[in-house]
Amino acid sequence: MNTEILGIIVMFTATLALALPFGKYMAKVYGGEKTLLDPVFNPIEKACYKISGINIKKEMNWKEHMVALLTINLVWFLLGMLILMTQQWLPFNPDHNPNMSADLAFNTTISFVVNCNLQHYSGETGVSYLGQMWLMFLQFVSAGTGLAAAAILFKAFREKTTDQLGNFYNFLMKSCTRILLPLSLVVALLLVFNGTPMTFEGKDQIVSLQGDTVNVSTGPAAGFIAIKHVGTNGGGFFGANAAHPFENPNYLTNMVVMFAQLIVPLAMIFAFGYFTGRKKFSRMIFGVMTVGFLLLTLPNINMETNGNPAIAAMGIDDSSGATEGKEIRFGAAATGFWSIVTTVISTGSVNGMHDSTMPLSGMNELLAMMVNAFYGGCGVGLLNFFIFIILAVFISGLMVGRTPEFMGKKIEAREMKIAMIIALLHPFLILVGTALATAFPAQGASTLNNPGFHGFSEILYEYTSSAANNGSGFEGLGDNNLWWNITTGFVLILGRFLPIIGPIAIAGLLANKKYIPESNGTLKTDTATFGLMVFAVIAIIAALSFFPALTLGPIAEYFSM
Amino acid sequence: MKSNNKNNQKLFTKEIVLESLKQSFIKLHPKLMVKNPIMFLVEICTVVMLLVTINSFFSGTDHLQFSIYNLLITIILFFTLLFANFAEAIAEARGKAQADSLRKTREETPARLADGRTISSAALKKGDIFICEAGDIIATDGEIIEGLATIDESAITGESAPVIRESGGDKSSVTGGTKVLSDKIKVKVTTEPGESFLDKMIALVEGASRQKTPNEIALTILLAGFTLVFIIVTVTLKPFADYANAPITIASFIALFVCLIPTTIGGLLSAIGIAGMDRALRANVITKSGKAVETAGDIDVLLLDKTGTITIGNRKATQFYSANGIDEKQMIRAAVLSSMSDDTPEGKSIIELAGVNPLSYAVNAPRFIRFSAETRSSGIDFEQSRIRKGATDAIKRIVEKAGNIFPEEIEVKVREISGKGGTPLVVSENEKALGVIELQDIVKPGIRERFERLRKMGIKTVMVTGDNPLTAKFIAEKAGVDDFIAEAKPEDKMNYIKKEQSAGRLVAMMGDGTNDAPALAQADVGVAMNSGTQAAKEAGNMVDLDNDPTKLIEVVEIGKQLLMTRGTLTTFSIANDVAKYFAIIPALFITAIPALQSLNIMALSSPQSAILSAVIFNAIIIPFLIPLALKGVAYKPIGASALLRRNLLIYGLGGLIAPFIGIKLIDIIVSLFI
Repeated sequence: MNTEILGIIVMFTATLALALPFGKYMAKVYGGEKTLLDPVFNPIEKACYKISGINIKKEMNWKEHMVALLTINLVWFLLGMLILMTQQWLPFNPDHNPNMSADLAFNTTISFVVNCNLQHYSGETGVSYLGQMWLMFLQFVSAGTGLAAAAILFKAFREKTTDQLGNFYNFLMKSCTRILLPLSLVVALLLVFNGTPMTFEGKDQIVSLQGDTVNVSTGPAAGFIAIKHVGTNGGGFFGANAAHPFENPNYLTNMVVMFAQLIVPLAMIFAFGYFTGRKKFSRMIFGVMTVGFLLLTLPNINMETNGNPAIAAMGIDDSSGATEGKEIRFGAAATGFWSIVTTVISTGSVNGMHDSTMPLSGMNELLAMMVNAFYGGCGVGLLNFFIFIILAVFISGLMVGRTPEFMGKKIEAREMKIAMIIALLHPFLILVGTALATAFPAQGASTLNNPGFHGFSEILYEYTSSAANNGSGFEGLGDNNLWWNITTGFVLILGRFLPIIGPIAIAGLLANKKYIPESNGTLKTDTATFGLMVFAVIAIIAALSFFPALTLGPIAEYFSM
Repeated sequence: MKSNNKNNQKLFTKEIVLESLKQSFIKLHPKLMVKNPIMFLVEICTVVMLLVTINSFFSGTDHLQFSIYNLLITIILFFTLLFANFAEAIAEARGKAQADSLRKTREETPARLADGRTISSAALKKGDIFICEAGDIIATDGEIIEGLATIDESAITGESAPVIRESGGDKSSVTGGTKVLSDKIKVKVTTEPGESFLDKMIALVEGASRQKTPNEIALTILLAGFTLVFIIVTVTLKPFADYANAPITIASFIALFVCLIPTTIGGLLSAIGIAGMDRALRANVITKSGKAVETAGDIDVLLLDKTGTITIGNRKATQFYSANGIDEKQMIRAAVLSSMSDDTPEGKSIIELAGVNPLSYAVNAPRFIRFSAETRSSGIDFEQSRIRKGATDAIKRIVEKAGNIFPEEIEVKVREISGKGGTPLVVSENEKALGVIELQDIVKPGIRERFERLRKMGIKTVMVTGDNPLTAKFIAEKAGVDDFIAEAKPEDKMNYIKKEQSAGRLVAMMGDGTNDAPALAQADVGVAMNSGTQAAKEAGNMVDLDNDPTKLIEVVEIGKQLLMTRGTLTTFSIANDVAKYFAIIPALFITAIPALQSLNIMALSSPQSAILSAVIFNAIIIPFLIPLALKGVAYKPIGASALLRRNLLIYGLGGLIAPFIGIKLIDIIVSLFI
């Protein structure tokens, strides 16, 4: 078999094999059981809680959880704005990078707070090391926020009837110290061993053979890159992201960071099963997500390895695949695979130019973000998927002649209202954003590199990436201007917090309801049949919402090729 | 089965169709349309299209062919509205026709008041007392306060055998429209005019007091959500298309929008709800709200009285056993005489089994001893004879008190009968035991299969009986119920219901007596028998006109059908959109982007014909599905997952494929003309 393909299969299987025990471990962490790292972190955490006056024994209901979540996120946002807009005068700035403009700082901070990491700047020239360190902190806590939110959902479905859903700060802290930090440490070490810099020194200089002096940016990159993937953030330390030789030096690191971005979302699915004692339900979720993932990935690998027919028609050998915008050290297959991994999961780091992938590969990358629930980002992937489950439960409940119920709780008008708003939000943000940019071309469309269908795809991609909190760029946009910074900034906020609040609200409401024991007439939600139903709901909603837009972008481009 | 005959009644009769056609136009009034947001949007679109069409004809800038195309779209949209209204109207008309036929009988009925005046039934008020004699039609619902009568209730139940109603007890209630066959009764009116169950039902069906059920509301939210998605999709498509230099006409925009929003289910939703109540009415069950029908579909536990539901009527005498040395004739004579004045069903069945007219014994100056709780026996004294009949221990006491020996073989027989689930009655004459009468419960034929069906639906059946636990267990096993409450007192039922409800289960029960009323009110679905007391009927949320205790099973299926019809048609409606996209999207852009011809996978002949075909399909699918909406999707107790697979296959996959075929066929026809 083709070694490129084999490499991908081995990597994915290995990740999966590790995700199972890791999921069990995560369930233990959120269940408050003793774990390996307790002796190290317990004293530190206690000190933190003592200083800040937080009582983690206090159980919160879903509303208190959301207040805590939003408040702490606001604090991070304000601090971030302050640091980025004054970094020039602050320490750790050996390269003397300037302060960020207000709109760019707004976009950047929001983007890191919401775990998106859309970057309208280049790390080498745009941020000081202090700024980078702060962004790295945000990469931890934003992933932690998503995981903590999912932990609330776990808790809501473990008890029969309750409004005691654990403590937000406890979940957040545990997510960072017991899950993200140890994983990042391992990944960072592997990166350092392979040549990724980890230093506070300024630019290195080398003199080339021709005698030219070349300035080479370095910095505390390895730590940043580790959490960027483990936390499904995706924001690069350097402008070229994971295509940069320091960020992603070789084939091994390429595989390691792909493992890093897959492990937590995968483990989270299994953790849900272990935590609530519904392992079969977890397997159903995993099955649906994996089928969706493969349906997007396999065509991409195929299209990218087959190369561009237009180039082949010119008589140029493209046996190594569609190599435009790709790094030779990774190859077409691994880059095609990555392009879907990074978009189904909300990482958004790129190791090649998505702009240069084949038209329908581009469509799959878009679709991955439009669905945003096949694995998905840290914690939030599961929350997004939960909305689709609620919709599927409702329709299929009716189809078997019973008022719909999920895990023993009746789904009624209130839950449907929330689920529908959240399901609506995603197409709303993407389509309205894109519509505004195309309706006022002087603002948005004029910054495009490409006219026509491809240019339209670039706009669509930018908003899709923002709404999905993905952060990858199709690129080709001159995106650091007032228009892009502000509009995508707002899309980012809405696309982050509403899809967290909605599912948690539904979970909180359901947790409060009376538990109905299962009977023969109850529709089982852990079966393949129900999985099919969920998949159908996802496919129909994505297809129905985005088909016209995709037709005018990648599909038109494909047929015109 | 009389109710089945009614079910087989044709879906459409001429009068109903004519009335519904008229209503379809009346319902176009925006004030009425706005209750159904989806169809209201279609109405707005129709008006916009009408204006566009007028403008297109008279502005002179448009090509005539294009104006005609606009006109066609307008007309089709108009028909979409009419079809949806027609669906609702026909469901209402059918329910109304059914209810009217019940109502008619008593509207012209005069009522003879106790003070001698005769007034129309419509003028009767609650508390009035009227008199009915043989041949009279009872003017309105009420309660017998004096007398006993045989009554023909066939007008309401379809059952021709007359029933007996008498004052006091649980059989005192009479229904308006039924006919007195013999004797004379005084009836007290129990409902205000216009508030009888029938009036309430008619109001529900006619839509005047019909409120959306919680499930309907949740479904409406889902549909509204989908509608909003498509508003976003179509509105944003305008700048997208302009950007791609592929401008879209208003007609095409509206066509796309109307095709995408779930008009199929939107147009049929209220018809489905009304038809559910109508189906209940056809099964001779009057429901007090649409919600009750829906809840019936969710029932987990079913409480059924043993007597009359699981067993035929009451216990029946099945065998006489005489003691050693006693002539069987003597034993039968004693049994018959002791039952002469006993008008309980058991007493009557003894005489029936003996086949002897008690009067033929011609006894002189009999004195009847009534059953009492202390003696636990009843009997007759005449001349030198003292005949008693009663529970074993009661008679044994009488026998032994007089110094006589209670025969061993009777004791053996008694135990044997009890062990079989029967009830032994011992007969004595002059303090000597003569023999035993065996009373047995007869389990209704076919009841076991019905319980099996319920079990497959996931419903637990519970038998309620006054029998001792041993007898109860025997019958429970024989009938195949899951649980039983033996020696049940009224509060036991109540406690059982509360216990199940606190565990989160929904409970249904049937009852007729006044002492059932609290339990009927507590149960999630309480079905009162029409023959039951007024209190019971007030407490329940359904009334069964047939007094058929197994009716709950039908009610549960009607409830399930109601939800399933909504679910499957929603799925069908949304799945249809995929094909509509493949018809309309290429048609919208093909002129500007010829490459998109490859998306026209149905090979529709021209953009105009593609859009027209999609809109026509969207309109005519509504009348096509009206019969399904009215009849309901068939429920099969095959387990939830299997049912989901089945319905997904039929309505999901079917909904995906059907429009591809339908639109293509319509396109072939349309392309002949343009």
